[in-house]
Amino acid sequence: MSAPLLELDDLKKYFPVSTGALWRRKTGSVKAVDGVDLAIYPGETLGLIGESGCGKTTTSKLILLQEPPTGGNIRYEGENISGLEGRALMRYRREVQVVFQDPYSSLSPRMRVGDIIAEPLEIHTSLTRAARAQRVAEVLELVGLQPEVARLFPHEFSGGQRQRIAIARALATDTRLIVLDEPVSALDVSIRAQIMNQLEHLQETLGVSYLFIGHDLATVAHISDRIAVMYLGQIVELADSLELCARPLHPYTQALFTAALPSHPDQRHEKLKITGEVPSALDPPAGCRFHTRCPHAMPRCACEAPVRKEVAARHRVACHLY
Amino acid sequence: MAPLLRVSKLQTHYFSFGGSRVVKAVDGVSFTLREGETIGLVGESGCGKTTTCLSIVGLLPSAARIVGGSVEFAGEELTQKRPREMRRIRGRQIAMILQDPMASLNPLFSIYTQVAEPAYYHRAIRGRSLRQRVAELLRAVRIPSPATRMREYPHQMSGGMRQRVVGAIAMAGGPKLIIADEPTTNLDVTIQAQYLEVLKDIQQESGIALIFVTHNLGIVAKMCDRMAVMYAGQIVEQGPVRHLFRDAKHPYTQALLGSVPKLGSKEPLFAIPGQPPNLAYLPTGCAFHPRCPNAMSRCAAQEPENALIAANWTAKCWLLDGQTEERYVSAVA
Repeated sequence: MSAPLLELDDLKKYFPVSTGALWRRKTGSVKAVDGVDLAIYPGETLGLIGESGCGKTTTSKLILLQEPPTGGNIRYEGENISGLEGRALMRYRREVQVVFQDPYSSLSPRMRVGDIIAEPLEIHTSLTRAARAQRVAEVLELVGLQPEVARLFPHEFSGGQRQRIAIARALATDTRLIVLDEPVSALDVSIRAQIMNQLEHLQETLGVSYLFIGHDLATVAHISDRIAVMYLGQIVELADSLELCARPLHPYTQALFTAALPSHPDQRHEKLKITGEVPSALDPPAGCRFHTRCPHAMPRCACEAPVRKEVAARHRVACHLY
Repeated sequence: MAPLLRVSKLQTHYFSFGGSRVVKAVDGVSFTLREGETIGLVGESGCGKTTTCLSIVGLLPSAARIVGGSVEFAGEELTQKRPREMRRIRGRQIAMILQDPMASLNPLFSIYTQVAEPAYYHRAIRGRSLRQRVAELLRAVRIPSPATRMREYPHQMSGGMRQRVVGAIAMAGGPKLIIADEPTTNLDVTIQAQYLEVLKDIQQESGIALIFVTHNLGIVAKMCDRMAVMYAGQIVEQGPVRHLFRDAKHPYTQALLGSVPKLGSKEPLFAIPGQPPNLAYLPTGCAFHPRCPNAMSRCAAQEPENALIAANWTAKCWLLDGQTEERYVSAVA
């Protein structure tokens, strides 16, 4: 296997929490991301799945340099990005782009589509105005829109088309990695399949890597090569997509599969074993963070945090059962 | 046995100021629901699912009017009722669960007050038995330690718990029918699964009929006996869930089922081309024909009739008509 494009190494992000009206004191911290190790390889899709509040979006913000990490490293092509400056930093920002969940708020209503897509080009390249227009037309065609739409405003498009525009903007600058933060959750059912197919097609033609963040298991499993399951700031299981679907090992992953909706009414359905809700990240349980909801919890789980180990080829899980 | 709810040829239109533009949000919707049955109303946003439900309970916004058809509930015609009479039906006979639990709960009143209100007004329960009733309802929706929890306020509960409280409010008046409009859209997957199981248990115990409005076919597969697929204000296909999932007849139903990813399969998804239509400017003939892979010239010209496929199973498509395309073309020529 080739060298990873992006590596996260024991990445941590704690948000301080302060209380008191006048003399605010730091009383604790929300451990949004707490020791995440991941690698994304060129041309692959890594799915990141978890419930709300598990740290998916914070992870993406750390990758996009929107937040400085509290600890740990992010390496891009082997180079630590926290030390990047000047041209090297610009190059990283150019090659790592993002598509957000809601295409209604991620596109400026005051700018024409052509200007929205050309903006990263203005910042990152020295192309002439005509060359930029040429590139805008190219990427619009790549995402399945007519080049003529460049002079329209975002409000003239439906949700699916807007999401295509957001993807076009992310692709404009010879992008190598796109962070897709729930890119289809806000779209209609019939449009979701269009966007998913488009994303897969773009990856085949351009060889771009995706970090696909989502909460819908079937969607993430469909598009991803590998899946990382996240729970309260930590990766609990990491495996190839088909392997994970066939053999989910971590009790939390198993619960996610049980909770997934059937694709057919005849599909046999077992009852969900886990109860309760995700504990607060302000005060996460000691030991294994899932032990408060886990049907297989043992005394050991409450005091000792499990380490991730490889239990099968390319299948790693953090659980004392294995 | 007469059905609990019979909606026939319901037409609800929105009128622009001055009446120059009409949006036919619901245009000839018919379905029936027996006691204890669950029907799933499926469709994309803007297809008229919610307007259908609001027409049933008489909560339409002022721009909308029922212009035709009827809603018969337990032998009574609802479209002709006065607001005063409808208020006695809502909560007592028909209850509604809305999408956003935070918006359906009043942040200034305790959980107890809000769950007790329908029981107080519609069932005239008072005092200690009211307190008991509320505790029972909260226990039914699996709220732990209901006696202490009912003194709390909505902000002290998590999203999943709030939505279950809304479910308890819906049941408090002892209705025969609950209309749930996308009740789990804002919930996490494990919370959604818990909520759906609670809802299913309650329904089996109490025999309440359910209308489940959703765009998620997985929920329909899990929860419903029958499903009705809506497109552009009309039901294009309805029938037993099992039959439709196995062998849908309408191209739109087939396309919807094909566009949902299946767990553990990497098969390419079927993408429906184009966009859902704008209800103010509907295509002629069958509204789905511009996006339909099997469209014929006839589809653009004429609206198809409902064709009966089996008992309780109808679809609205020219493909199901005995007449073939060639014959139609020659007849025109």
